[in-house]
Amino acid sequence: MEDKIVVDNIKKGFATDKGTLDVVSDLSLTLRDGEFLAIVGPSGCGKSTLMKIIAGFEMPDEGAIKVDGLARKGPNSKGILISQHGSVFPWMTVQENLMFGLDGITESEKADLADHYTAMVGLKGFEKSYPHELSGGMLKRVEIARALVMKPEILYMDEPFSALDALMNLRMRTELLRILEEERHTVLLITHDVEEAVHLADRIMVLSPRPTKIQAVFEVNIPHPRKLSSPEAQELKEAILRELGL
Amino acid sequence: MKNQKKSFFARKRGKILAPMVVLGLVIAVWWITVVQSESVIFPTPWQVVTGAMELVEDGTLLEHITSSLARVAAGFLLALVVAFPLGLWIGRVDAAYVTFNPLFQILRPISPIAWIPLAILWFGVGNMSPVFLIFIASVFPMIVQTASGVHTIERRYLRAAENFGVSRVKLYRKVIIPAVLPEIIVGMRITLGVAWLVVVAAEMIALRSGLGFLIMDSRNAGNRYDLVIAAMVIIGLIGLMLDGITRLLEKMKSVRWRYGR
Repeated sequence: MEDKIVVDNIKKGFATDKGTLDVVSDLSLTLRDGEFLAIVGPSGCGKSTLMKIIAGFEMPDEGAIKVDGLARKGPNSKGILISQHGSVFPWMTVQENLMFGLDGITESEKADLADHYTAMVGLKGFEKSYPHELSGGMLKRVEIARALVMKPEILYMDEPFSALDALMNLRMRTELLRILEEERHTVLLITHDVEEAVHLADRIMVLSPRPTKIQAVFEVNIPHPRKLSSPEAQELKEAILRELGL
Repeated sequence: MKNQKKSFFARKRGKILAPMVVLGLVIAVWWITVVQSESVIFPTPWQVVTGAMELVEDGTLLEHITSSLARVAAGFLLALVVAFPLGLWIGRVDAAYVTFNPLFQILRPISPIAWIPLAILWFGVGNMSPVFLIFIASVFPMIVQTASGVHTIERRYLRAAENFGVSRVKLYRKVIIPAVLPEIIVGMRITLGVAWLVVVAAEMIALRSGLGFLIMDSRNAGNRYDLVIAAMVIIGLIGLMLDGITRLLEKMKSVRWRYGR
């Protein structure tokens, strides 16, 4: 597989009253084309900062990010970020949200495309609904559909399901896997939920506490659909938790 | 289902009935007091009604109402046209905010009434003076409200727009303006109330039409206090109506999200 994203020795710090606070230090990683990579780390270790840097919303102080061999200069629609708090526009209907980023086709083609993806995430019939009329789980689906409709090469997911209850979280994971069966994307998932990572990812990286760097890497060689209660999954989960000091 | 419907009507009735009772009581107390005190100048509610009917019949009331409303509309729309782009610009560009915000903050608390001498000096006693005063009363609060609305747009929405790589025009049309629209509507509601206060005050100073003029003219032309009070009541009712119209704007589905469920 080709390398999709190469993160080369990046460093990031923030100025505070007491001097610079190093958040990311000398971190390197490679994301292969079509791979689902999960990054797991303790709370406050700089996961979200790392995600913002890789997705192009912030620049590293040192080091470089390359996407398809080209230096990353800013965000673009080839890689869509799905964040923890969600960013579905509340002033637009579901359909308008999905049509928002589309360009170069007619309005009716946009609408058709939007409706196709709305149906794909199981929200058929809610095209004309406003976000405040939907539940948290439904909003997450809209967010995912809005990313997918752009046909992005990469999905950046920053704790996408952490605001959902346990049941909805599990359901959304299954949905995501089903969608990824249909349309293969390169996915970078950042999470603090080890089980989520074991359920979804091809490879799992464990981050150290701040200033964060990669502490361990695990290949997940369990075929889908995965049973989280299986001995291999349990073993892997425990190994990751041990790395996290638990 | 039937029970729910009933309670809905019961709620509605409470909403209308209770204020009606209070209004009725105020009118009753007024009426009794005037009759008891045998006042020759202060009118009874019925005299106010007959006085108002007089004005309705000869058509002057409608004329006064339309000229007051036209002045408010002119000043208010002018303020909107100036304040909206200026507010967006100041809200988006930090340097503009730092440069201009202090000026607006100083101008904003000056009562529009304080501008009356200047208005007369610059525009005379024609229609322009009240329009200018309404403009002054509306423009600064609207600029400040729009700018603060732009400032409070959540980063995650701007980030999403950036992520989708949309054009500048689309960013404004589909993200920034809809995001501040709820703030602008609130600003409009507050401002329109102030504008209505100001027009009446402005018309009291040397004009030939308008509800403010009607009040001063009725007093000067033979102590027609029935017409003074009739004008006051009409001013109040129109104020209520203007507020009601802007409240309807708040009910639009594309702005509901900002005001809670």
